[in-house]
Amino acid sequence: MIADRTATVTNVVLAGLGGQGVIKASDILADAALRAGLDVKKSEIHGMSQRGGSVTSDVRFGMKVLSPMVPAGEADFLVVLAASEVEVAWPLLRAGGIVLAPDLIPDAELPNKRSLNVALLGALSHYLDIPAETMLDAVRAALPEKLHAVNERAFESGRKLAAATGTIR
Amino acid sequence: MDRQLLSGDEAVALAALHAGVALGTGYPGTPSTEILEAFDVLGGRAQWAPNEKVAFEVGLGAAFAGARTIVTMKHVGLNVAADPLFTAAYTGVTGALIVVTADDPGMSSSQNEQDNRRYAVAAGLPMVEPSDSQEAYDFFFRAVEISERWKLPVLYRVTTRVCHSKSVVTPADRGDAGAPAAGREPAPAPHFEHDINGRVMIPANARPAHRRLRAKLAEIAAWGEGEAWDAAPGRAALNRVVLGSATLGIVADGISFMHALEAAPEASFLKIGLVNPLPIERVRAFARTVSRTVVVEEGDPVIADTLLAAGIAIQSKPEMYRFGELDVARVRRILAQDSSPEAAPARGKPPELCPACPYHTVYGTIQKHDLIAAGDIGCYTLGVLPPYRAMDTCVAMGASIGVGLGLRHVLPDEEARRVVSIIGDSTFVHSGISGLVEMAYNPPPTGHVVIVLDNGTTAMTGQQEHPGTGRRLDHGPTSKLSIEGIATAIGIPSVTVIDAFAEPEEFERLLLERLATPELSVIVARRPCILAAADIRKWEGQAAEFRARAAEQAAVCGPAEADR
Repeated sequence: MIADRTATVTNVVLAGLGGQGVIKASDILADAALRAGLDVKKSEIHGMSQRGGSVTSDVRFGMKVLSPMVPAGEADFLVVLAASEVEVAWPLLRAGGIVLAPDLIPDAELPNKRSLNVALLGALSHYLDIPAETMLDAVRAALPEKLHAVNERAFESGRKLAAATGTIR
Repeated sequence: MDRQLLSGDEAVALAALHAGVALGTGYPGTPSTEILEAFDVLGGRAQWAPNEKVAFEVGLGAAFAGARTIVTMKHVGLNVAADPLFTAAYTGVTGALIVVTADDPGMSSSQNEQDNRRYAVAAGLPMVEPSDSQEAYDFFFRAVEISERWKLPVLYRVTTRVCHSKSVVTPADRGDAGAPAAGREPAPAPHFEHDINGRVMIPANARPAHRRLRAKLAEIAAWGEGEAWDAAPGRAALNRVVLGSATLGIVADGISFMHALEAAPEASFLKIGLVNPLPIERVRAFARTVSRTVVVEEGDPVIADTLLAAGIAIQSKPEMYRFGELDVARVRRILAQDSSPEAAPARGKPPELCPACPYHTVYGTIQKHDLIAAGDIGCYTLGVLPPYRAMDTCVAMGASIGVGLGLRHVLPDEEARRVVSIIGDSTFVHSGISGLVEMAYNPPPTGHVVIVLDNGTTAMTGQQEHPGTGRRLDHGPTSKLSIEGIATAIGIPSVTVIDAFAEPEEFERLLLERLATPELSVIVARRPCILAAADIRKWEGQAAEFRARAAEQAAVCGPAEADR
């Protein structure tokens, strides 16, 4: 029955402003799901959004994914790179869903602010069944080698902070 | 082959490569742009044309010569290419001509949401439409099969969500090694055969050609009821039925199918991949097996109207779902025939001109003097947003010049003297040149001022090259069109190049001076796009090296050798 095939889909919405690395983060997450052997779809709107406006990207993975867009109220996770965008993305979150926002990562834990997207992916990884090492493989595959070390550290701090602080609602 | 995560655009490019497409041509336009870029990166031969009409004509010539060819454009680009498209349906092709039309329901980055499935009906051409990246790959070979079998251009319709969503693609084998599936045999080698009656559309030849086209369409319609449903290794079924409950049947195409399958997983589905001609009799039979049939489609009710006209009892969607994209929630509402008001989507931060955009001073000046600005298509259209609100019209590529002239012709002199046309460099090459010819030919009594915003790239769509940059799609050097040279050759008496960002006061002085005279003026405001500037410097460096090498070679071998 087709009904069962969507039952295990994980819905992640990544949000931020143009230039913050939202698309890069969603590329990494989708690649990690692919590497984990899952079906995956990822969707966002390009074009005007690259001119500094709001950007959201949907990543869905599981046994079988149909629509590429996360239906409103069905996001399991919101990964938000700009505090101003929490409110915009909020209607997408399901009851009991988890928000991972920039204030989860103290500045001291993030020597390079450009790595916020990867730090929040690290935090997300705490909740996912995808192995952290698979996520890190996807991080490395998406970035030039000179950025690997700083982003691996960002990923690890995000992952530890999520485990320690729990979640922000 | 391995599973890959590809956008629909990338999947089309990969299929084109595997199908042996000899030439890809097009004009950048969201959401189609990445197809030719990916085709180039994969090793295909891809080139940007000045506009979609020229791109289509180049593709048509290649297909006359027997090559497999792909032409890409956004939905409104097909309006530009429509003139040759309609008559190419009469001439047909010798090889394969796949014309990608990338529609943008919801207008994420477009000026309208026209539904190009209408073009297939109007031109009388077969149209194939995939629902995800895997189908964008698989269906391409069926499109080649149709094009080569019936010697017709095939429209390949994709939408923003198919183009820009990434999903898993497993590039299929070609089928049996001995006998590859249709559309997957090695591409034929191009050669020319005269076919004057078939390709010279004087009325005496066009009359029988129209009848031939309609006969081909009747054959394709029969094929669409039969063979199009066949699946084999390397050959995907274009149309198919997914059996479910007998109470609800859903007919859907494109991305709507995916939303509907998620919204009503228990339903029976008739999925349409061959959008024109529609498999009317198969739908009729399908509708008899379920107690209720609903058509789920984005945009205009194209499928629903056709089925209703054929006397099939289907439910169309309420009118409110003609507008914007569909998603799972909207499909649930369509299935419930719910036309109550929808919640307004959350409004994020709108896009804006980049902080270091070279056009800020131009728009500041226009705003300061309360000018009437006939605008055009590009990221400079963002000059319409606060704080400037410095654009009064934006309709179509190149329209700024004609619209500005029309305003000048009829407005009282005092108002007419405040009218300027604003157009970007790529847009100017695309379709601004003929507007400039009109300006010289029929000058308004008060004159006119055209500002060409030349940032050295097609910025809006992601910094593509165009004839004015002097670089090809792959950023290699080629002939460079001079905007000021063209303007002078057309007969514009006053042509000035200025960096308005570096010299805002001089720009303001110049603009006011030109507005005050009845002499025709072109002002080229030239400064590289801030996002593209670093890349442009890199490519210019490479081009300089290339020229130096060529000059060295010329000294050794003579110019004829070095030109190659």
